[in-house]
Amino acid sequence: MIPTSHILVFSLALFTIGLIGVLTRRNAIIVMMGIELMLNSANINFIAFSQKLGDLAGQVFSIFTIVVAAGEVAVGLAIIISLYRNKDSINVDDMNIMKG
Amino acid sequence: MVFYVLASLAVVSAVMVITRRSAVHAALFLVLTFFCVAGIYVILSAEFLAAVQVLVYAGGIMVLFLFVIMLVPLEARQLRPPVRHVAGSLLLAGLLAASLISFFAAAKGPETGDGIQPLASGGGNIETVGLLLYQRYMLPFEIASVLLLVAMIGAVVLARKKV
Repeated sequence: MIPTSHILVFSLALFTIGLIGVLTRRNAIIVMMGIELMLNSANINFIAFSQKLGDLAGQVFSIFTIVVAAGEVAVGLAIIISLYRNKDSINVDDMNIMKG
Repeated sequence: MVFYVLASLAVVSAVMVITRRSAVHAALFLVLTFFCVAGIYVILSAEFLAAVQVLVYAGGIMVLFLFVIMLVPLEARQLRPPVRHVAGSLLLAGLLAASLISFFAAAKGPETGDGIQPLASGGGNIETVGLLLYQRYMLPFEIASVLLLVAMIGAVVLARKKV
């Protein structure tokens, strides 16, 4: 049996890598991939604690996380396509029309 | 041990995801990461979640990513904008990691709560997960289905020809 702390450190590593990707990359598609990595690390935490506590509710909640991630990707990629049509760019630095 | 092999492979391919220049390469490394995470789910006795991970992430979400990558022309997505704020992001992520690791080290092991569904000893726990999902978490389940409907309609409206 793997110690829970090792799983937590692994998911922390995935979360940190995703965070660095979101903060440093300027390609909007790669930024969404970083968000996916962070959601996955949250799922790993849910399942690690589910196994540690012997409680299956953690697995149910990670199903809900996957549902939210699927919806988020669909809407986010649609926004990226729409922005590309309007601004001819998927650089997140160009997406500043909400600043007024 | 299998867990450590899978975990290090997942971390290495996650690093490749955020460092590759080409978005297609990043997407393929993301698939590798998802498969490694699915293997870790199997090790953690979450077989149903592993199947869902492969179907939804490595199947559905990656197809969406690859479609969008193909819809955006090469010059728009490979025009490499300068990667900025690297030092600040590394500092922020390092601070987060350090504080969380010190928190993990200081935390005591939680007690096992009352009235919880036990993990099945063998043969998987899909049945228990299904019962839990359709009895105790029925309302969140239905809300999640409404969320998926809203996301589908929103994606269709946003990606139409004229917005």
